[in-house]
Amino acid sequence: MAKSNKPLVWGPFAAGGTLTAFLTPVLVLLTLLAALGYAPEALTYERLYVFASHWLVKFTLAVVVFLSLWSAAHRLRIMFYDLGVRADTLVATALYTIAGAGSAAVIAYLARI
Amino acid sequence: MSRKPYHREVPRVLWFFDHPRYLRYMARELTCLFIGAYTLLLVVGIGRLAEGRAAYEAFLEALKSPLSIVFHVLALGFAVYHSVTWFNLTPKALPVQIGEEFMPDWVIAGAHYAVWVLLSLGILFFAGVF
Repeated sequence: MAKSNKPLVWGPFAAGGTLTAFLTPVLVLLTLLAALGYAPEALTYERLYVFASHWLVKFTLAVVVFLSLWSAAHRLRIMFYDLGVRADTLVATALYTIAGAGSAAVIAYLARI
Repeated sequence: MSRKPYHREVPRVLWFFDHPRYLRYMARELTCLFIGAYTLLLVVGIGRLAEGRAAYEAFLEALKSPLSIVFHVLALGFAVYHSVTWFNLTPKALPVQIGEEFMPDWVIAGAHYAVWVLLSLGILFFAGVF
């Protein structure tokens, strides 16, 4: 039977696409409010630190970051191909590495909270 | 030797301007740049939060730069566009069959939109926006 890593790559893409569809607009809205000087209560240092201290929140944040970065990386990989870049292995390796590095970084940061 | 050798067409980079349908496709794919960049911004924010109060408050202050505001407005637009295109495809991706009939597309997409709105309002409420 032919082996393919497509499901492994595509699964997190679909999960991340669904997650970002539900979650990203409202997250952007929250930090946009902060950028406009109307930072919501939850984004103050005390509130956010306590919130992010809970293990379940840390786990959720790590999953959200991983799936969001992975699905963005996968779509960007396809976009490179669409734009005529045929070095797919190189593009895929670079983008998935960035997604992995971002996820590793957020796990390291969360471990220190 | 063939009298009509095959000449492979030189791939055009800007093919997606050829048809509105292609342009909408590319706009949808472009959303990944903003969602990816925004997620990396979140990672930086969580890093500043872990560093301590001074670092985190400097991060919040840096968010107020004009460049950041422009980025946020663009990211919001593209993020919403991703949601709309994603939810409009859900009847194709998750068809629900009841007996002989298929559930109408608008029910499946509509359920996603309803959950999206409720979840977003819930998060805004939880965050203390209203």
